[in-house]
Amino acid sequence: MSFDNSSAVGVLEPILERYSRNPHHLMQILRETQEHLDFIPQWATDYLAEALALPRTQIQSVIDFYAFFYDSPRGKYRILFSDNVTDRMQGNMALLSRMLSKFGLTQGQASGDGLLSINTTSCTGMCDQGPALLVNNHAITRLSSQRIDQICELIKEKKPLAEWPAEFFRVEDNIRRKDVLLATEMVNGQALKRAIELGPKGMLAEMKASNFRGRGGAGFTTAVKWEACRNAPGTTRYVVCNADEGEPGTFKDRVLMASFSERVFEGMTIAGYAIGAAKGFVYLRGEYRYMLEKLQATLEARRKANLLGKDILGQKGFDFDIEIHMGAGSYVCGEETALIESLEGKPGKPRIRPPFPVTHGYLDQPTVVNNVETLAKATLIAQNGGAWYHGLGTKLSTGTKLLSISGDCDHPGIYEYPFGVRIAQILEDCGARNAMAVQVGGAAGTCVARHEFGRKIAFEDVSTSGALMVFGNNRDMFEVARNFMHFFKHESCGFCTPCRVGTTLICDTLDKIANGKGTAYEMNELSRLHQLLRSASHCGLGQSAGRPVNDTLQKFRPSYDRRLKQKDFEPAFDLDAALIPAREITARDDIDAHLGADQ
Amino acid sequence: MNTENTFIIDGSPIPFEPGQTVLEAALKADVFIPHLCYFPGLRPNGNCKLCTISINGKHSSACTTLARPGSEIENNTPALNDKRRLMLQMLFVEGNHFCPGCEKSGNCQLQALAYELEMMTPHFNHFFPNRKVDASHPEAFLDMNRCITCGLCVQASRDVDKKNIFILSGRGMASHVVINSPSGNLGDSDFSMSDKAASVCPVGAILPKHRGYSVPIGKRLYDGVPISSQTEFLKTRKA
Repeated sequence: MSFDNSSAVGVLEPILERYSRNPHHLMQILRETQEHLDFIPQWATDYLAEALALPRTQIQSVIDFYAFFYDSPRGKYRILFSDNVTDRMQGNMALLSRMLSKFGLTQGQASGDGLLSINTTSCTGMCDQGPALLVNNHAITRLSSQRIDQICELIKEKKPLAEWPAEFFRVEDNIRRKDVLLATEMVNGQALKRAIELGPKGMLAEMKASNFRGRGGAGFTTAVKWEACRNAPGTTRYVVCNADEGEPGTFKDRVLMASFSERVFEGMTIAGYAIGAAKGFVYLRGEYRYMLEKLQATLEARRKANLLGKDILGQKGFDFDIEIHMGAGSYVCGEETALIESLEGKPGKPRIRPPFPVTHGYLDQPTVVNNVETLAKATLIAQNGGAWYHGLGTKLSTGTKLLSISGDCDHPGIYEYPFGVRIAQILEDCGARNAMAVQVGGAAGTCVARHEFGRKIAFEDVSTSGALMVFGNNRDMFEVARNFMHFFKHESCGFCTPCRVGTTLICDTLDKIANGKGTAYEMNELSRLHQLLRSASHCGLGQSAGRPVNDTLQKFRPSYDRRLKQKDFEPAFDLDAALIPAREITARDDIDAHLGADQ
Repeated sequence: MNTENTFIIDGSPIPFEPGQTVLEAALKADVFIPHLCYFPGLRPNGNCKLCTISINGKHSSACTTLARPGSEIENNTPALNDKRRLMLQMLFVEGNHFCPGCEKSGNCQLQALAYELEMMTPHFNHFFPNRKVDASHPEAFLDMNRCITCGLCVQASRDVDKKNIFILSGRGMASHVVINSPSGNLGDSDFSMSDKAASVCPVGAILPKHRGYSVPIGKRLYDGVPISSQTEFLKTRKA
C-alpha cells in the first residue's frame, strides 16, 4: 500500500487523539492501528513518527521487538497456536499440521491471497482448557480436529470474527479450591473504606504486620516495597499492576482479572492511597486482549461509584485513577523494569538495577510494581487486618497462594491453598495419579521429581509464581526441557551476550541430542552454558533460562542418556546437508549426489 | 591513601571517588578489566558482560556497579576468565568475523580480547548469519557482519552528536542496528565521519572509506602491546 493521506488521517488521527498524541502510549497506538489495518504499514509508521515527534526507527524498533506487531501483511486472520508443553501434550502440533495442510501453507507463511497466516506463539495461559490458539489476539480454547475444521470453514467464508460462534471464545475459570481470597464475598469499596479509616501509615502498618510477600515469584516483602516508594523523593508516584502473566503454565492472574477485577482495582487503589500515588497502570498481557472492554467498563463503574477519580469516597485530596496498558507478546516484560520500559512505549529491555523502580520507575518516578494476586490480597489485609493474615500459611510465607494446575491430571484449574501445602496433597486433590514430575513455577521454576513430592509450596521450600504442570509416567522430560528452552530463546530480549547467544546455543545442543547426534561432550556443554547464563546474564530470564535443562539433567538423566551415542564426540556439522545448495544448483538428487549414501 | 574510599581487586587496594563505577576506578588505577561496550564519557551499557566480576562472592558487571568501600572483588581469576572466553566465543560465532581480511585487525577490541584471554578457537558452530553491508555513504562503510550490538554508536549518536542515526531494533538473536533515514541506508542520513559515533565502534562495523591499511598489520594498536597493558589508552579515550 502506498502512502495515502486520507486513510492516514481517517484511521490514525482518531487513534492519536484518543491517546493525546502522547509518545508514551506508542504501544497502544500501534495496537489500535494494527486492529484497523491488520498490520502496520510503512506509511503508518512514517505518519506516527511525524505526529509523535519520534525517530521513525524508534517506532520500527518497537514493532520489531513485540511478537504481536507486524510490519508486513500477515493476512486478515492471524492464527497463533499456543505452544506451551501442555499444549504439546494435548496434541496442538497435529492440529497445527491439519490447519496448515487445509490451506496448503507452511508455518509462518502468509497466504498469497492475503487471507491468513498460521504460526505458533508462547504459552497463552489457557493450559487448563487447551490446546488453544489466538486469532487476531483473541483466544480460542479447547481445540479439537472438529473445531479446527470449523475455523478453517469460517476463514474460507471470510466471516468476521464477531460472527464466529461465541462458544469458541468461552474461557472457563475452572476454580477447584477456594480459600480466603476466592471464597470471600467482595463488597465494592469496603476494603478501601477500611484503608481510609486506617490512614496511609496505618494501612502500611497492617501490611507490615501481615508479613505479606509478593506473589509474582521473587517474594519481596510488599510492605517494604510500598514504604520505600512512599519515602522516595519524587514529584509523582505510580502503582503498576503486573498482569503480564507470561510464565508458561500460569493462568491464575487471568482468572483474577476476568472474575475478580474489582478486587484487583481496589487493591491498586489501596496501594495508591498508602504510597501517595494518583495514577495506576494495569499492564495486561496481549494474550488477554479479549478482557479489555469489560475491564474498562468495570473501571468506568468504579469511577461512577467514586471508588476511582477525584476525592475518592469523599476523602479530600485522595485522587486515583487506573489505565490499562496492553502488552504485545513479550515474556521479558514480566520483569518489572522491562515492563516499565514497555509502559513508556519502548522495547521491553530490562534496565540496569539499581536504581530500582521504587525510586526510579515509570518516567523515573517512584513506582510500585506488584503482581495481580498481591494487589487482590491487599484488600483482604485491609479488611481483616495484618495479624489475621499473619496467622495463615507458614511463618516465612504467610497467607495463601493461587496455583494454576495443568498437565496430566483429572481436574486442571485454579487451586487456592495456604502456603505450606505439600505437593503430594495437591497432586491428590487435582487427580494426578501417575505423576512422575511436577514443574513448579513455570519454565523458569523448579522441576520436582517423585521422591520430592513431600516438599512444600512456600518461599522457604519450593517457591512459585503460581504454575504447576504435572507430567505423568509416560512423559519425556528431555522434550519438556527442550520445549522450555526454545521458549527462552524466543523470548530473550537480546540485550546481553550470555542470554542472547547462550539460549540459542543450548537449544542447538538439545536439538543435536534430539537428532541422535549427542554424546557425553554435549552433556558437559549444557552444564557449562547453564553456569554462564546463571552468573553473567543481565536479568532473571537469562539467569534462570538454563534451569529446566539443569534440573532434568540432574533428576531425569536417563531421558538424555538413551539418546546419546556411545562416543565422546560427534560433529554437529552435517557434510551431506552442506551439499544441499550444490544439489539444488545442479538439479540433482540421485544417490551419487549424496555423501555417505553407500553406508 | 584514603582507606574509606578503597576497595580490593584481586588482593590489591584500589582508591575511588564516590560515584565512580568499579570499572572506571580500576582503569584509573591501571587495573585492566576486560570490556567491550564501555566507553569513557558514555553512560554505561552493561550488555556485553565481558566485565563480569565477582563482588563479595556475587557476579556483577564492573561497568554498571558503583564502587563501594571495602568491597572484595575478584577480577583476573581463571574462573572469571573462563566465563569471559566463553562469551567472546559466543560473540565470534554469532557474527561473521574474519580477522585476516578485516581492516580493523590489530585495532579491534574484540580481537585484542580474544588474544588476551587466549581464545584459541571459536569452540561453537558458527551461525553464519546473513547481515547487511551498507556502502551508500561517501565517507563510511557499515559492515553489520562484525556488529556485536554493543550499542555504543547508538549512544554516541544520540547523546553526543544529537543525531539519533543508529538504533537497536529486533529482539533476541534478531537484534540489529538500524539507520534512521528514509531508505534505511547510511548514505541517506546526515552521518559524518567526524561524528563521535564514527569512532566508538569496538569492532570493524563502522569503517572509513578511502583509507585502508595506512598502518600496516603488525604495527597496530594491539599488535605489539596486549590490551591489558593499554589502560592508559583505554581510559583517556573521550566521548
